Amino acid sequence: MESFPTLALMTLLPVLGAVVVGLVPKRRSELVYPLALVVSFLPLAIVGYVLWEFEVGRPGYQFTQRVLWYEPWGVSWNVGVDGISLLLLALTAILFPISIAASRSIQKNQKMYMVAMLLLETGMLGVFVALDLLLFFVFFEITLVPMYLLIGIWGSGNRVYAAVKFFIYTALGSALMLTGIIWLGVISGTFDFTAILDVPLSSNQQGWLFLAFGVAFAVKVPIFPFHTWLPDAHTEAPTAGSVLLAGVLLKLGTYGFVRFNLTLFPDAAVRFAPWLAALAVVGIIYGAAVAIVQPDVKRLVAYSSVSHLGFIILGIFAMTNQGITGGVIQMVNHGLSTGALFLLIGMIYERRHTREIADYGGLAKVMPVFAGMFLYMAFASAGLPGLNGFIGEFKILLGSYLRFPAAAVLAATGVILAAVYLLWAYERVFTGPIVHKENEKLLDLSGREVLILAPLVVLILFLGVYPKPALDRIEPAVAEVLDRIDAATDYEVPEYGIPENVAGGDE
Amino acid sequence: MVDYLWLIVLVPLLSSMLLLFFGKRIGDSRAGPMASVAVLFSFVYSSLAAIDFITGAEEHGEVITLWSWIPGLGLDAAFLWDPLSALITAIVTGVGLLIHVFAIGYMKGDPRVPRFFSYLNLFIASMLILELAANFGVMFVGWELVGLSSYLLISFWFEKPSAAAAGKKAFIVNRIGDFGFMIALMLIFAAFGTLDFERVFEAAPVVLTASMATTITLMLFVGATGKSAQLPLYVWLLDAMEGPTPVSALIHAATMVTAGVFMIARVAPLFELSEVAMVVVATVGAATALFAATAAIAQRDIKRVLAYSTVSQLGFMVLAVGLGAYVAGMFHILTHAFFKALLFLGAGSVIHAMADEQDMNKMGGLRKVMPVTFWTMTVASLALAGIVPFSGFWSKDEILAAAFVHGDYTVALWVVGLIAALFTAFYITRLMMMTFFGEPRWDESVHPHESPRVMTVPLVILAIGAAFTGFVNLPFSPWLEHFLETSFEGVEQAALPATYLGLAFLAAVASVLAIIGIFFAYRRYHRDELPDESQGVWKTLLNGYYVDDFYGRAIVLPGKAAAERLAFTADEGGIDGAVNGVGALTKRVADRAKSLQTGLVRNYGLGILGGAVGLVLFILVRGGAF
Repeated sequence: MESFPTLALMTLLPVLGAVVVGLVPKRRSELVYPLALVVSFLPLAIVGYVLWEFEVGRPGYQFTQRVLWYEPWGVSWNVGVDGISLLLLALTAILFPISIAASRSIQKNQKMYMVAMLLLETGMLGVFVALDLLLFFVFFEITLVPMYLLIGIWGSGNRVYAAVKFFIYTALGSALMLTGIIWLGVISGTFDFTAILDVPLSSNQQGWLFLAFGVAFAVKVPIFPFHTWLPDAHTEAPTAGSVLLAGVLLKLGTYGFVRFNLTLFPDAAVRFAPWLAALAVVGIIYGAAVAIVQPDVKRLVAYSSVSHLGFIILGIFAMTNQGITGGVIQMVNHGLSTGALFLLIGMIYERRHTREIADYGGLAKVMPVFAGMFLYMAFASAGLPGLNGFIGEFKILLGSYLRFPAAAVLAATGVILAAVYLLWAYERVFTGPIVHKENEKLLDLSGREVLILAPLVVLILFLGVYPKPALDRIEPAVAEVLDRIDAATDYEVPEYGIPENVAGGDE
Repeated sequence: MVDYLWLIVLVPLLSSMLLLFFGKRIGDSRAGPMASVAVLFSFVYSSLAAIDFITGAEEHGEVITLWSWIPGLGLDAAFLWDPLSALITAIVTGVGLLIHVFAIGYMKGDPRVPRFFSYLNLFIASMLILELAANFGVMFVGWELVGLSSYLLISFWFEKPSAAAAGKKAFIVNRIGDFGFMIALMLIFAAFGTLDFERVFEAAPVVLTASMATTITLMLFVGATGKSAQLPLYVWLLDAMEGPTPVSALIHAATMVTAGVFMIARVAPLFELSEVAMVVVATVGAATALFAATAAIAQRDIKRVLAYSTVSQLGFMVLAVGLGAYVAGMFHILTHAFFKALLFLGAGSVIHAMADEQDMNKMGGLRKVMPVTFWTMTVASLALAGIVPFSGFWSKDEILAAAFVHGDYTVALWVVGLIAALFTAFYITRLMMMTFFGEPRWDESVHPHESPRVMTVPLVILAIGAAFTGFVNLPFSPWLEHFLETSFEGVEQAALPATYLGLAFLAAVASVLAIIGIFFAYRRYHRDELPDESQGVWKTLLNGYYVDDFYGRAIVLPGKAAAERLAFTADEGGIDGAVNGVGALTKRVADRAKSLQTGLVRNYGLGILGGAVGLVLFILVRGGAF
C-alpha cells in the first residue's frame, strides 16, 4: 500500500528538528529547550494518528511504504507497523517529550544535548518500523551514538567508563548481527524482511543466524550474564538517558527477538528456547536478589530491569500466544513504570545530589506527593493487580507454564523478591524519622514535575484496568508469528484447557 | 438493583480517591463522615440487593459482567452475587461502617486524618472486589489490593520505624502466600483454559485427577495461610498491631483476615476433590488454633493478646472449612467479626484512656472508671470463651461438633480444638482481670476516663451483635444454613450429630472446659500481686515460641547474606570482572599486536601471501579436492 509516507515523516521529523535545533544561534539559546520539546511532540501526534487509523485484526503490516534504496544489494526503505511494533512506537513517542521536559535543567551544552536526544528518537522510532534488515541495522546503530554521548558527556561521576563499556559491549553484539545480516542477505539476495520470510533456511543456517542476531539482542536486553553494562550505564546516565535506556533501548533487544529470531529462524528458536528460558529465569531471580542489597537507589532500579526483562524473555520463548503477548505488553509496561521510577530518582537527585539510600530516610513527611508517586510506581513495577505490570506478568506466567512449568514456577518467586527490594528501598528512603538535616527542608514535587509524571500515572492505571485495546492489537500479530512457527517446524503450540476428549460435549 | 451492584465497590473507591487527592480541601472534620457515608451506602445498597435471597425470591447467584479485562485469558471484570457473597458483604460493610465511625473519634487530632479514611475506604473496596469476584483473576486483584490496603494501614504512622517495618513485613509475607495462589492460577488455567469459577467448578470433577486437585488446592491454601494468618505465615499479623490502635488492627482481626477462609469456602468445589488437601487444611487450622491460644496466655501487651487470639480463632475457621463445615466457618466469621471487633475497639478505648499505654501490667482496676468499655468487653469475652448463649458459643460449638462427627482422624482435631478452647477461656479471662480488676497499677501521670460517645456507641452496637448473632444459626433453627444453601449446592458438607442429645453432650464438654479455663484464670489473677510470668515456659510463650527470631536467623539474614554475595562477589567480581578482564586482555593483545605494525612492506607481503595460501588451501579442502 503506497500512500502518504506517515511513518517516514514520523521517523524523520526528530532528525529534521535536530537540525533546526542545531541551527539555533548561541544568543538565542533559550529557544533550544522549547523548540526541542515542540519537535518531540510531532512524532507523538503522528503516532496518535497511527493508533487511531490502525485496523485491529488486519493481518500483516500497515502503513507500509517501500522505496528502493540501492538495487544491487536489494536494500530498500521499507517500513510498516503491526500490532507488536505499534505499542512500542507509542511508548517511544510518549517517553521522548517526557524525557525532554525532564531535561530542562541541563546546563552543559544544552543544544548538543537536545540534538542528541532528537537523533536518538529517530533511531528508536526507526528500529520499530524498519522492515528491511539493513535499514533496521542502521537505526539500531544510530541509537548507539547519541546514547553514548548522553552517558559520556551528561552523565555523573563514573560516566566515561560507563559510556565506553556500554558502547563497546553493544557494538560487539552489533558486529555479530551485521555479519548475520550480510550472510542472510547473500543467501536471500535481498534484505527485505517480508521477502526473506519466504526464503527457506536450513536448520544449520538458522542456528548460526539465530546466534548472530541473538547475541546482539541478548546484550541489548540484557540477558544474564551479558547484563553488567546495564547497571553502570543506567546509574551514570543523566535522568533522561536512564529513562530512555530502560524505557526503550532495552526493548530493542526483546523486540528483535520477536521480530527476527522467532519469525525468521523458527526452527532454531524452538531449539534454543529452553536455554533462553533458563537464562531468563536466572536473570529474574539473580537480578532481583542483587537489587535487594544495592546501596544506590538508581542501581537498584537498574538491576530490577534485569529481573523484569527476564520475565519478558521467558514469555517470548514460551512460544505461546499468552506468553508472547504478555512479553510484548510487558515491554510497554516496564517502559512506563521503570521510566517513571528513573524520573522520580532524577527529581530527588536534582535536590540532594546523592543516590545513596543511606543519605535519605523519612522523606514521606516532607515530600508526601513524591513519596506517593514513588510508591505507586513501585507497586506498578512489583506487579500489583489493577496496575499495568500485573497484566504482563500474569500473562507471561500463565503463558509459559504449559511449556516450561518449572521455569514459570521459579519465575513467580521474582514476584516475591520484587516486593522485597522495592518495599525495603521505600522503607529506607521514605519512612522513619528524618535523620539527615539536609532532608528536612526538601521541597515536594512542583506542579511541573507532577505534570511530567501525570501521563505515566494515567497510562499505568489504564493499562492495568482496561488493557483490552492494547491486547487486541498485539494478539493477532503474535498469532501470525506463532502460525509461522507452527507451519515451519514440528513444534506445536501447547493447548490450554480441557482436552476435547475429556470435555466430551459438556455444556 | 443487582445490575448496578458495582456501585458498592465504586462508591468507596471514589471516596478513597477524593480523600487522597483533595484531603486538605475536604478537611479533617468532614473526611470521616464522608468516608463513613460511602460505606453506609455500600451497606444499605448490598443489604437491599440481598433481600431477594432472604425472602427466597431469588435462590441462585447472578454474574454481573462489567467489561472484558484480559481477553486472551478469557478474563472478564465480573462479579458474582450469591448468598455467600451477600453474607460476607454484609459483614465487611457492616462492621466496616462501625470501624469508620469509631475512627472518627479515635483519629481526631492526627495530622493525616483524610489520608487515613482514604485507606479505610480503599480497604472496603478491595475486600469487596475479593468477595464479589466471579473468577480467580478478579479474586486475585482483590486479594492483592487487600494486601496493599493492609500495608498502607499498618505503616500509617510511618515515622515510627517499627510501623514501617511491620507494614513491609505484612506485604512481603502475604506475597509469599500469593506466590502459592499464583501457582494455583497457572495450574488452573493450564488445566481448564479459563479462570471462571462457574466453568472451572463444573468441569473440575471430570478434568482434575486427584493429584492435580491436591496440588491446586494446596497451592491456594498457601495463599490462605498468608492472608488468614495460619501457620507458618501468621507472623505478620502480630506486627500488624503497629497500625493505629485499634482501627486497622481491627481490620486485621474482624474482616480482612477472613479472606483466606472465605476463599476456601468459595472454592469448595475444588477442595472437596482432594481428601489430602482437606486433611491438611483442617490440621493446619487446628494446630494454629492451639499454637496461638497458648502463646496468647503469656502476652502483656493487650493488643498482642488479641492478635494471638485472632490467629487462634482464624485457626478454628480454617479447621471448619477443612472439615467441609463451610457454613460453620462462615458462621464463625460472622460471630467473630462482632466479638473480636468489640474486643479490639474496647482495647482501643482502654489504650486511649491510659494515654497510649498497652502494657496490662500497668492497668488494673479500670472497671469503675470505664463502665461501658468494661461491660461491653465482658460480653465479648464471654462470646469468645464460648459461654452459652453468647454468639461464639454457637459457632465454635458447631465447628467442634463437626470435627467430632466427621471421621476418624478428625476426632484428634476435636481434642486439639477443645484444648485450644480451654486456653482461649483462660487468656481472655486473664486479659479482663489484669485490665479491669484488682488495684490500679497506673503510672502517676495517667488519668483514665471513659471514652466519648462516638467511641462507646459502636461498642454497644457491637456488644448487641456479640451477644445475639449466634441465634442466626441455632442447631434447631439453622437460618444461616438455609440462606447459604445454594452457594454450596452440590458440595458435600460436614454433618452434625444426628441427635440434639449428642449435640448437647458435645456442647456440655466444651462448656465445662471453658468454665475450667475461666476459673483457673480468675484464681490466678484475682489478687493484688500479679504472678511473676517472666521465667521459664512463660518466657517462651511470651516470645511466641521464638518463631520470629527463628525466621530472622534462618531465612532473612542468610537470604540477605546470599544476596550480598551475589551482588558484590559474583556480579561485581565474577561476571563484571570477566567482562572487564576481556577488555583488559584485548588491550594487552592489541599492545602486543602493535609490534606487528613494523612499517616494512616485506613483512606485510609475507603476511598477505601466507593468508592467500591458507585461503586457497581452505577452499580446496572444503571443495573436496583432497
